[in-house]
Amino acid sequence: MAKILLEMRNITKTFPGVKALDNVNFKVEEGEIHALVGENGAGKSTLMNVLSGIYPYGTYEGDIVYDGNVCQFHNIKDSEKLGIVIIHQELALVPEMTIGENMYLGNERGHKLAIDWNTTYSEADKYLKMVGLSESSKVQVKNIGTGKQQLVEIAKALAKKARLLILDEPTSSLNEEDSRALLDLMLEFKKQGMTMIIISHKLNEVAYVADTITVVRDGATIETIDNHGTEQVSEERIIKGMVGREMTNRFPKREGVTIGDVQLEINNWTVHHPLYPERKVVDDVSMYVRKGEVVGIYGLMGAGRTELAMSIFGQSYGTNISGEMKIDGKPVKMKKSEADAIKHKIAYVTEDRKGNGLVLSQSIKVNTSLAHLDAISSHTVIDGDKEYAVAEEYRDKLKIKTPTVEQLVGNLSGGNQQKVLLAKWMFAEPDIMLLDEPTRGIDVGAKYEIYCIINDLAAAGKSVVMISSELPEVLGMSDRIYIMNEGKFVGEMKAEEATQESIMAVILQSGRGA
Amino acid sequence: MEATKTQESFVSKLIKVITRNPIVFLLLIAAIVVGCLVENFFSWANLTNLLSNTAIRFLIALGVSGCLITKGTDLSAGRQVGFAAVVAGIMCQRGDYNGRLWKFLPEMNIGLVFVIVVLVGLFWGLINGLIVSKLHVPPFIATLGTQTIIYGISLVISDAQPIGGFQKIYTTLINGRIGNVRGFHLPYLLFVAAVFGLVFWFIYNKMRFGKYMYAIGGNDIAAEVSGVNTTRTLIRIYTTAGIMYAVAGYLLAAKSGGASASMGQGYELEAIAGCTIGGVSTTGGIGTVPGILIGVLVFELLKIILQFLGVNPYYNYVVQGLVIVLAVALDIRKYIAKK
Repeated sequence: MAKILLEMRNITKTFPGVKALDNVNFKVEEGEIHALVGENGAGKSTLMNVLSGIYPYGTYEGDIVYDGNVCQFHNIKDSEKLGIVIIHQELALVPEMTIGENMYLGNERGHKLAIDWNTTYSEADKYLKMVGLSESSKVQVKNIGTGKQQLVEIAKALAKKARLLILDEPTSSLNEEDSRALLDLMLEFKKQGMTMIIISHKLNEVAYVADTITVVRDGATIETIDNHGTEQVSEERIIKGMVGREMTNRFPKREGVTIGDVQLEINNWTVHHPLYPERKVVDDVSMYVRKGEVVGIYGLMGAGRTELAMSIFGQSYGTNISGEMKIDGKPVKMKKSEADAIKHKIAYVTEDRKGNGLVLSQSIKVNTSLAHLDAISSHTVIDGDKEYAVAEEYRDKLKIKTPTVEQLVGNLSGGNQQKVLLAKWMFAEPDIMLLDEPTRGIDVGAKYEIYCIINDLAAAGKSVVMISSELPEVLGMSDRIYIMNEGKFVGEMKAEEATQESIMAVILQSGRGA
Repeated sequence: MEATKTQESFVSKLIKVITRNPIVFLLLIAAIVVGCLVENFFSWANLTNLLSNTAIRFLIALGVSGCLITKGTDLSAGRQVGFAAVVAGIMCQRGDYNGRLWKFLPEMNIGLVFVIVVLVGLFWGLINGLIVSKLHVPPFIATLGTQTIIYGISLVISDAQPIGGFQKIYTTLINGRIGNVRGFHLPYLLFVAAVFGLVFWFIYNKMRFGKYMYAIGGNDIAAEVSGVNTTRTLIRIYTTAGIMYAVAGYLLAAKSGGASASMGQGYELEAIAGCTIGGVSTTGGIGTVPGILIGVLVFELLKIILQFLGVNPYYNYVVQGLVIVLAVALDIRKYIAKK
């Protein structure tokens, strides 16, 4: 048996009122890739924050044994000194600074007084090569894509002489291609003897890359699954550990839904970039969606999916939008106004629930009624009782887990936040719902519930457009699928005819054609 | 084909530079027009005047720039300048001057006074820094509060009286200048400004402290997880700012030949305006020392243009206010476009 590099013994971490970690034990062998999986709020990130010293020694109980020694980390610098480097989920780069400046931020080269920029940039270039980036380290971070930014993060960790690298959701903002490249890079590092811990929601990636999988649930380690063998552990097996029961079907069946007439139709829809008006972000797209139908739009990040949806929603994105829009067969000229879109019974549920979707500092109640205050007010005065009743109604309908609708949205889990966001738009009583990445960053159980809500919407005769970059989800939930690449629709398939392979093939072919 | 392409890109580059700094170019054009219309605008004496006015404003702007780059602000800048001027003025009064405020003091060495004034500035800056970083009070409110406190104390110690009767060495040294080419002199103040400009350039480009400042302004969470001590950096920024205001106040009292508590009123806005015109972004993380210099210079140029045009001085405030709003509006537009 290989040497144990890290052992976390009986870790208990309590926040006021909550026990986030309860007697957790966690062992990592030297030279392995160890995956940490669990639902949101299960305690994965808390555990890693304890390990890296973000929660300093003394604020938790238990021992950290690293490389045979009991360690007491008082801050990030302490753990980094021993080669424990954490790469956070949200990219921790300063966009205005160069790659080199970012890599050595807090870890500068040179004299105490003055930074030695020559050494900084030449060393940075060396590490960039190791992660397969050909960019110069003098390029500003804002000028490279997210995929490359993630690689910069890894180069930054290497520059700190990482021995144990912790990657928290490293692929959450990457497309499939970049994700695969990143995972292969991890396997390459493993060959060179690096030890890694990966936290991920994407179980196929975990199964692909990890040697050992530890499942965390409700602040405790539930089990450790061995994945050393050639036979990859199945996603269902991991899910079972995460939710504590078998999930035979990840996508609920939609039954008894009759698909009706075409409700929304757009033809030759072209949208230009607001800053670079010569650039077409959406290029000559035609699509339709019928009552009771769920239409999936699949595309890689940057394909123009969000931009398409937002341009339909009262031109909230883009300039110089051309093309025809019909609702219920009648041509519609929509103003550049979200309010006008809502009047036309269109709702756009954003992919960015924290940034654009919800007012985190306000209650569930306030958020639920925000897009349709007319319905609960008379002569511009809001009827508090009605507002409360509406929020309660949607809480029950969507199974939002909260003791009271007065709870601040910022205190909810990702899945429950997503439900509040859906509630807000459902209350606006739209006929057409554009859902942008409705399950991004939420856990398996909550995903299932969101899918059920989508099915209910279809059953109620709504026209649903679901944008997603998760292929299984698109395949499992849609009646019809549009495939988008580089601003264009490059394919349309019926769900029962589509497979992961056929969709990827369409994208690859269109890429070559361009 | 290739040639026209590069030509085009040169023109478009030029347009880009102009559209990014519209105020700078508008005012330069205005200066040229005024210079052609009004006599004596293009004179060496006027240039001397412009440069020595700019020198002190530049020091204040350097001070406040760190606060702006970290998405903060410092509304106490002007009052701190006034406070430093009052303290310097009181301590630099002649021993035999009848109206001495603090009669118990002996005639003081002006070098020693400088050190004391700087320490006082450091103190106020430290207070601001602690309130902002430790108590997490938004800088706007924090410094709005401290500026009132500082003004109050200024009034108390100066007895709300104008202070005069400075030692000769104090005023002559600060107002000293070298050379005389047809009315053009190099005031000592200019050298002081140049030295501080270089020091700040070094801090902002070569030192960890400077890089941490940009990092906090660009993405404070990134700075934090990279192991940057953001609390300490913020305290240092506000403290450095306080020192700069103190230096400016010390020089200003001597330059004017008198001091009072109301001195420096509104300088914070001029400094913030200068920084913004010079490309320091109010959304954080962006700003350079040469940019700040250009911004302050252009703002002083605006004042002189108005003066030469014979505009009623009361209208100056109106125009200056408009320019400040315009500068920030343009800066924010860049930010909105980026989103």
